[in-house]
Amino acid sequence: MALTEQERARLAERAAEIISRYPKPRSALLPLLHLVQATEGFVSTDGIAFCADQLGLSEADVTGVVSFYTMYKRHPVGEYHVGVCTNTLCAIMGGDTIHADLRDHLGVEGDQPTADGKVSLERVECNAACDYAPVMMVNWEFFDNMTPESARELVDGLRAGADIAPARGASRLVTWREAAMILAGYPDDQATTGHTAAPPTLAGLRIAKENGWTSGTPGTARSAAGNGTESAAGSTGSGNGGRQ
Amino acid sequence: MTSVLTPELTAHWDERDSFTLAGYRRAGGYQALPKALAMPPDEVIGAVKASGLRGRGGAGFPTGVKWGFIPQGDDKPHYLVVNADESEPGTCKDIPTMLQTPHSVVEGAIIGAYAIRAQLAFIYVRGEVLHVVRRMHHAVAEAYEAGYLGTNILGSGFDLDIVVHAGAGAYECGEETALLDSLEGYRGQPRLKPPFPAIEGLYACPTVVNNVESIASVPYIIANGAGAFAALGSEKSKGFGIFSLSGHVTTPGQYEAPLGVTLRELLSLAGGVRAGHRLKFWTPGGSSTPIFTHEHLDVPLDFESVGAAGSMLGTRALQIFDETTCVVRATLRWMEFYEHESCGKCTPCREGTYWIVQLLHSLQRGEGSDADLDKLLDICDNILGRAFCPFGDGAISPVVSSIKYFRDEFIEHTKHGGCPFDPAASTLFAGSWRH
Repeated sequence: MALTEQERARLAERAAEIISRYPKPRSALLPLLHLVQATEGFVSTDGIAFCADQLGLSEADVTGVVSFYTMYKRHPVGEYHVGVCTNTLCAIMGGDTIHADLRDHLGVEGDQPTADGKVSLERVECNAACDYAPVMMVNWEFFDNMTPESARELVDGLRAGADIAPARGASRLVTWREAAMILAGYPDDQATTGHTAAPPTLAGLRIAKENGWTSGTPGTARSAAGNGTESAAGSTGSGNGGRQ
Repeated sequence: MTSVLTPELTAHWDERDSFTLAGYRRAGGYQALPKALAMPPDEVIGAVKASGLRGRGGAGFPTGVKWGFIPQGDDKPHYLVVNADESEPGTCKDIPTMLQTPHSVVEGAIIGAYAIRAQLAFIYVRGEVLHVVRRMHHAVAEAYEAGYLGTNILGSGFDLDIVVHAGAGAYECGEETALLDSLEGYRGQPRLKPPFPAIEGLYACPTVVNNVESIASVPYIIANGAGAFAALGSEKSKGFGIFSLSGHVTTPGQYEAPLGVTLRELLSLAGGVRAGHRLKFWTPGGSSTPIFTHEHLDVPLDFESVGAAGSMLGTRALQIFDETTCVVRATLRWMEFYEHESCGKCTPCREGTYWIVQLLHSLQRGEGSDADLDKLLDICDNILGRAFCPFGDGAISPVVSSIKYFRDEFIEHTKHGGCPFDPAASTLFAGSWRH
């Protein structure tokens, strides 16, 4: 995919901003590649040449960096890129079944997108949400405690253009390209939206409060947190580890 | 009654706006910062040393000592880098910390930068959790608006900028020197030490790299005094830490407790192992720490005791597996992860992880032999200590420890002509064991 003159000019403006954040220009390479991905949907040979040009590097040097990091794609992926965690804990908790089932359901090979361009599928490594296993990601937002059924419903919804919010994350799921823009250092306005503290996140805190346990540090009695408690809905005392 | 759990870092996670400046301030946030800025920087370092805080990213190196290694009076810029690249399998504490209280990381980073006399800090955050990237950017922007960042912070004359930098998917970048290479725009591969980052780190300048939870513990230490922190925990493993329970446990989640708590105590709070099942094996600190079994339920989870029992405290990532789990399958999958994530720099790690995966595949299919187990151990022995960074040492942990405790189960696969376990029995959706 060739970048148009206009795209290159707009990218160059942003690139200059990104480079100015760092004491040395080359530090901007990872964000620049996210920026290219936000424009093209992946990192093309043109995108590599653009980064090399901005930073005075060889294309070979930039290509070597691109190939090292799994989040950069060298071919188009879906508007919604779906990751199923198949590292040991999630795999055993059901991630392997979910991944195999989704691959059949979508009829896709590797991380190639569906014919409508909506969804692509990838096995991801541990995404640091093991207390919500099995975990799936869509454009790097969390979908927790998944089952083969809930996973199929999710991808069907994505393909049908349904309104879908992550289990924990922003209230509106962004597209693959929008996500890449945030990673380049241009966050959208959703930082304060969404629900992030589901029962596992609060499990220990809830039990400590029920027992009146504190660290014993004077002046840090934290049990009086009456304001805006988010746990009310989830803290049913049932030890529920899952999404409600 | 003694408090088994001691929420401090997690104490306000249930408040609706805990991640905003207003919410963090209401919870007592940003009270440590003016206190620190009124102290000479060396006194701040002294307080963190006296607290006994040891790195929460796995290695357990004393944080204050690390800060003290930064040469002062040199003419080079200094840098603080927060390692927010949480990726060790099983580890899931830094992500909720940044989602719920990103300002604790920002406040800790400002205090740390002041102590080591850095005027630029980076938060290297894992790229694969988008909302964390948003929350960290938002917290940094709020801190600038409030005058906690920028020039002449709170009238102290101290200047600091913080840049939030998103990674791009590479486990190896959690290793501090690989992280620095990545932050400089290269493939994330480790550097030979020495020189250590404290002498030649980012751009060959003195640099401290600290884990998210270490940095988030600093405001507590400054606000309440080193003694308050050191009063908790065990003799050489001071303070509190977040323990993450996952897998075949009734109530998985984050449990903050003094170091030295046992898995038996934590499991009793978490409703025990999945009903009708029993504990088979578990990791004390992520997949790079040798597995434990039911024999180790009473090992105090501190650096010394876990080490003496043959593993490592690591990141307190307690992954629980019950008797339905095939240990060969678990080990194979961890090794596939290490094979995939090996950065390729050192031959023993790059080639060794590849060979181990081949052998484990054959064992899992029931085509292995007793001799293969010895071969596996021999390969592990040739990876151990033969790579630039601890990745190789960590990678062999599951292999060596699973053969140590479950050698018969590997052989059983050969006799059985394949895996004798039903993977469906281990899943979340096998029956309705969580409501």
